[in-house]
Amino acid sequence: MTTSTEKVAVVRDTYTRYNPSERANHWLVVVCALLLMLSGLAFFHPVFFWLTALFGGGQAARAIHPWIGVVLAISFTFMGIRFFRQNIWTKEDSEWMSHVGDVINHREDKVPEAGRFNAAQKLVFYVMFWSVVTLFLSGLVLWQHYFGDAFPIGLQRFAGLVHAVMAAAMIITMIIHIYAAIWNAGSVRAMTRGPVTGGWLWKHHRRFLREEVGGRK
Amino acid sequence: MASLQSLDVRNRSASTAVPPSVRKDLEVAKLIDVSKCIGCKACQSACMAWNDLRPDVGVNSGIYDNPENLGPAAWTVMRYTEHEEAGRLEWLIRKDGCMHCTDPGCLKACPSPGAIVQYANGIVDFVQENCIGCGYCVKGCPFNVPRISKADNRAYKCTLCSDRVAVGQSPACAKACPTGAIVFGSKESMVDHAQGRIKDLQSRGYDKAGLYDPQGVGGTHVMYVLHHADRPELYSGLPNNPEISPMVALWKGALKPLSMIGMGMALLAGLFHFVTKGPNEVTEADEENARKLKGRDAA
Repeated sequence: MTTSTEKVAVVRDTYTRYNPSERANHWLVVVCALLLMLSGLAFFHPVFFWLTALFGGGQAARAIHPWIGVVLAISFTFMGIRFFRQNIWTKEDSEWMSHVGDVINHREDKVPEAGRFNAAQKLVFYVMFWSVVTLFLSGLVLWQHYFGDAFPIGLQRFAGLVHAVMAAAMIITMIIHIYAAIWNAGSVRAMTRGPVTGGWLWKHHRRFLREEVGGRK
Repeated sequence: MASLQSLDVRNRSASTAVPPSVRKDLEVAKLIDVSKCIGCKACQSACMAWNDLRPDVGVNSGIYDNPENLGPAAWTVMRYTEHEEAGRLEWLIRKDGCMHCTDPGCLKACPSPGAIVQYANGIVDFVQENCIGCGYCVKGCPFNVPRISKADNRAYKCTLCSDRVAVGQSPACAKACPTGAIVFGSKESMVDHAQGRIKDLQSRGYDKAGLYDPQGVGGTHVMYVLHHADRPELYSGLPNNPEISPMVALWKGALKPLSMIGMGMALLAGLFHFVTKGPNEVTEADEENARKLKGRDAA
């Protein structure tokens, strides 16, 4: 008797989309980003202040938020190094981007073939990269307990503004990123478990599939 | 300071609801006549005594300012400036501390509900039990007044003796001042009183004497009579046109609703895309194509 997963394995080719260390790295970033978003929103707008209760109150949330930021910055650095090469922007990506309307309307036959990451995923990578860099630097300036007196007041005010703007950009990008994973069935499994089917790659990352198949000869 | 039941609250940090506001309270103000100040520091001592504050003993830095700066336990500090004007030495002594702005930058910047309140009488007060120690009030303040304690990560500053004012007393500094340089009363009467002092100073050769009640922050509830009102920065850098920094105004103003709209739109866009277009699922045809591709290449 075979289980359903074994059946899939028999009938379909599977490819490893994300290996265990890529997945672990990604989810460490996710945990940090979610905790930072929840505590950060609490400081950003009064309607979210109650979220500080999740962290043990306002003082505790204020104290822990920057430390989570440090963990995120370190784990994102590793992820950035890991995925940097596959996220370099190419002419094909600009072409893909011009078909973004076809993408969201399920007209994939009109969309150019994508490599391991499509242009939208690369944009997510860039926004995340620059968000993390600016949030980390501005966060250091705002870290009252250690650096409260270390920076001139004009820079402190600028850091407050930049931190809020980039956090909003990052949260909006996270919403888009998470939605895209839910919408494109199979993506969540790729990041939680690892494998995707050949058909999934054919549909979403055909150029990558061609390279994979070519490489397997 | 704790929030005081005997004083009505006009404004409360990080709060979306309008505070109770049926009563109209009398606006109070403290008027500091710099031309009458002899720099005795009785106000500093009275502030320490009434508020039970003992700043750490510092070191002599060669100037009279002691402590050298405001601190969590030093809510008012005399600042001494030696200024030469027309061959004469003038000793400009300014009692520094919270100005109790009508439009307080600290309150605007504060993310913690009720950590900063503005009473209906104009006093801006920090409520330490609600303070989370983020230091945003420091960024909001145009006068560099709030100080965060390293001991408890809470912000402190002059309360204008809100506890005394609440029971009809004048602030401790005003009570202690031996020359009458610090007077306290309704804002209206203080402005009135200042006009008399300014006339007097002008008749004695200080033709630029004037009242410091900066309108960039909506006026203040601590005001100065200055002999050189045209150059407030002479008095240890008293800002000429203080206002809430445009960066803080944007961060704590338009950015809040804009970001909320942006995040809400992203969520709604996702929801409606999903319910109209549905999930993007891999079909058996895709699997077949992938198998063919592999078969062709393998062949």
